[in-house]
Amino acid sequence: MLKSMMKLAIGAFALLGPAAAAQAQDTLAKIKEKGVIVVGVKNDYRPWGFLDPSGKIVGMEIDLVNDLAARLGVKVEMIPVIAANRMEFLNQGRIDMILATMGDTADRRKVVGMVEPNYYAGGTNVLAPKSANLKQWTDIKGKKVCAVQGAYYNRRVGQLYSPELVVFPAVPDALNALLGGNCVAFLFDDTLIGSTLASGDAKWKDYEMPLASEDPQLWAIGVRLADLNGPFGEFVKKASTEWHKSGKLIELEKKWGIKSSPYLKATHEKLKGS
Amino acid sequence: MADPDLFGRCMADARGALSAFEAYFKCLADIERINFSIFYDSLDRGRFLVGLWTTVKLSVICLVASVAIGVVGAWLQGSRFALTRRIVQGYIQFFRNTPPLVQLAFFYFAVGAVLPRVPDGGQMVPIVGSFGWAVIAFSFFAGAFNVEIFRAGIQAVPRATVEAAEALGYSRLRAYGHIVLPLAFRISLPALNNNLVNLIKTTTLAYAIAVPEMLYAAAQIWSEVLNVREMMNVLLVTYVALVGLLVWVMGRWERAMRIPGYSA
Repeated sequence: MLKSMMKLAIGAFALLGPAAAAQAQDTLAKIKEKGVIVVGVKNDYRPWGFLDPSGKIVGMEIDLVNDLAARLGVKVEMIPVIAANRMEFLNQGRIDMILATMGDTADRRKVVGMVEPNYYAGGTNVLAPKSANLKQWTDIKGKKVCAVQGAYYNRRVGQLYSPELVVFPAVPDALNALLGGNCVAFLFDDTLIGSTLASGDAKWKDYEMPLASEDPQLWAIGVRLADLNGPFGEFVKKASTEWHKSGKLIELEKKWGIKSSPYLKATHEKLKGS
Repeated sequence: MADPDLFGRCMADARGALSAFEAYFKCLADIERINFSIFYDSLDRGRFLVGLWTTVKLSVICLVASVAIGVVGAWLQGSRFALTRRIVQGYIQFFRNTPPLVQLAFFYFAVGAVLPRVPDGGQMVPIVGSFGWAVIAFSFFAGAFNVEIFRAGIQAVPRATVEAAEALGYSRLRAYGHIVLPLAFRISLPALNNNLVNLIKTTTLAYAIAVPEMLYAAAQIWSEVLNVREMMNVLLVTYVALVGLLVWVMGRWERAMRIPGYSA
């Protein structure tokens, strides 16, 4: 009985092997066949990807996802991801694409294919209570600073300014810790901090974004390395170029109340004529 | 091996700055793409070792505290006063019926926010930090289970033995300390072992409130170096080793405490 089970198992693996290899090549065909595109998005990063009162995920990046799905004529399945797991999900095949405020860095390019032209650029800053009196980056030395796992700027800020980093799995945990006084500032992307302060929520009344935004970082849509120069990658690149050309990104930026980004303006000018 | 010459050349280059052990793993990462950065990068190694030490510290403190809570709680359960018994019962219900992660988040985020703050190097921080809350939450959580485990052991002590102790003039407290607890403890030991093993594994939950234990350190490393698979394997092996050590120590202790002829 055991021997026949072993034969069955080996046979099953033999079948799966070539099938798995063939699958990796044509994500676009697979998406069209299934009729669904599975995308990893943020659900805790207002206004890029967040939960509205009814529990639906909405935001600027969600609008971009819906645009891509409409171009393909398929439905959308959104999987909430966080910085620490999104690249693993993509490479495991759980999602076909990452559109989740992912910073484009050389190290990450070894693991995930980054689609150019990049759809946004953010910078690093902190959210701190006005009473903390932080004026420049060197003021955070030795102080407890909350951060989020997997963010690309944690290492740089940690090495340059030597704060005591207190790192949480997700943004809401870090914000709660800041409110509870467990740290003096929250290190994050200036777009999220700006929108947190702008939301008008009473608990952020005495908080500010005091430092000068540093280290502008391009954000990119992520696809598997095998797909980057294949049909799926080409499709996303084309869509991204068209978004910049048509000014759709600048429109969406205004729609969601995001501070106007010089990168978007410059790229729109550059690609407008082509 | 992709190319033994390539590997050899890499080793020759790396030997300049690193030891042979470190150079091997660096070349393994660069050429075979199997990245065990904790073996060649001193920053990552330092972080992982701090994480390991914090896990060991957290585990040992919670182990001792939860056993102490179990012993005291089991004694209070037999008290004459109904109020004491009800308080112990209430404590057990609260800490057994709620998930440890929820307890942890409740203490750190909800209770911590309303506690008084003390100055700490120019800032006002809550009086109990994340490590403190982890110790409190895990000790109480495991302690609740331990109270019930010890109760099972206490009930297994024959009534006749307890009556004999009373007849000999032992007070309730001294009978508990000298007669009942030693016998009950030996009977409870297998179930207690189980619970303590679970406690060590539960300490990984402290990651959610940013206690710098092993899972936290590993997550930081793999977020930057992007070597999840390798770090997961290191984590698994380390936890198996830690738990194995505990099981071995408890096994030795159990054998040392055996009363010849008392149990099967």
